[in-house]
Amino acid sequence: MAILEGNKNNFEELVLNNNGKVLVDFNAEWCGPCKMLKPMLDEVAADRDDVSIVSVNIDDEDELSAKYGISSIPCLVLFENGAESKRSVGLIPRDEIENLIGGK
Amino acid sequence: MYDIIIVGAGPAGLTAAIYARRASKKVLVLEAKNYGGQIINTLDIENYPVEAHISGFEFATKLYEQAKNLGAEIVFEKVTEIRDNAGAKEIVTPKNTYKAKALILATGSENRKLGLPKEDELIGKGISYCATCDGAFFRKKNVAVVGGGNTALEDALYLSDIAEKVYLIHRRDEFRGEDSTVNQLKAKDNIEFVYNSTVSKLISEDRLNSIEVTNTSGEKRIIELDGLFVAIGRIPENQNFAKLIKLDQAGYVISGENCMTNVEGLFVAGDNRTKEVRQLVTATADGAVAATAAVKYINNIQ
Ligand SMILES: Cc1cc2nc3c(=O)[nH]c(=O)nc-3n(C[C@H](O)[C@H](O)[C@H](O)COP(=O)(O)OP(=O)(O)OC[C@H]3O[C@@H](n4cnc5c(N)ncnc54)[C@H](O)[C@@H]3O)c2cc1C
Repeated sequence: MAILEGNKNNFEELVLNNNGKVLVDFNAEWCGPCKMLKPMLDEVAADRDDVSIVSVNIDDEDELSAKYGISSIPCLVLFENGAESKRSVGLIPRDEIENLIGGK
Repeated sequence: MYDIIIVGAGPAGLTAAIYARRASKKVLVLEAKNYGGQIINTLDIENYPVEAHISGFEFATKLYEQAKNLGAEIVFEKVTEIRDNAGAKEIVTPKNTYKAKALILATGSENRKLGLPKEDELIGKGISYCATCDGAFFRKKNVAVVGGGNTALEDALYLSDIAEKVYLIHRRDEFRGEDSTVNQLKAKDNIEFVYNSTVSKLISEDRLNSIEVTNTSGEKRIIELDGLFVAIGRIPENQNFAKLIKLDQAGYVISGENCMTNVEGLFVAGDNRTKEVRQLVTATADGAVAATAAVKYINNIQ
């Protein structure tokens, strides 16, 4: 599945109303580690159909990043059935992204 | 069996890989986290020869691709132990044990932590080691910077333009950093200097909300804040190798400009060795020196 761009207007529909797993990637254009995480997220998105990935640009979406208390990026937040279940701060390798999402 | 294994895919390790591949050696680079090392957070590098401005991400990515395109294998595993088995080097990770004729340690350095309880769990929840990375989240909030060197001073200056108030906590009453930066800081009206003090406690509910500082006379004070930026220097992470190689008291691998260590066939490159200037240009220079020495060593033993 392709990575979708999340914003304050579609966040409810894309993330909160989703009954499965959604991994939200909070990132910014100026953040080097975020850019390094991106190709790994693309791979996960291509490999797995049991999780949707939503990218949120924190500079455009300061309301969302404030709401979820983001204070360091990259920050990956996993939602299950619309509720936050796990989060990870900082650049992590591919297998840790998989661990965060959990089994298929 | 590899000819050369390089531990660390930072500027030093990747440059060593380039030189070793151009000498047609079979090269493996083992990296615990991300390629590029500590520079990837830096927005703008202005002192690397030839490129007047380049971001840390771009620098790291170009270097990584250059090493890869020359045929270096790069594998993401953390090295937990190194052994010298009658000259052959064994390199242990949680998944594998690799063998090489020569080994280059290019493990760089890590942010020094305060060493307080709860510090790790509060990273990203109020604690940060990088003001330029995380400062933007503290617009109109109260923050503190701990430290007294140039990084701490520059962090405080940077944050003073974003945050409501910045406390600068330093264990002495004068700064090691540059005078010009100190004067700029003193001219700001939203910076409070907290001298002769150290952070003694991190206070949090779900995120950091205040800190306790203790001054040299033992008086304690609580400071309410949203963010704490730790800038108390960096430390080399060579403990895993201490059984085999000689380190100085601060943990740096003892070596000269020839990048040799006390063990034959084991070389060191970059910020993790004893040296005066820890910068990209000295790290990449070390990479070249260490790889060339490793190639020479291999050619001699064969
Ligand atoms: C905020 C900041 C700004 C900077 N700005 C500049 C600048 O503008 N100009 C400049 O010239 N320099 C700058 N520097 C310094 C520069 O980044 C360093 O000198 C340089 O990165 C050192 O390179 P290195 O390869 O020796 O180490 P590092 O960059 O630290 O790389 C070491 C690598 O080894 C890996 N590693 C460590 N242990 C293991 C292990 N056990 N197993 C596997 N891998 C391991 C690490 O994960 C890391 O990727 C800056 C540094 C910082 C922190």
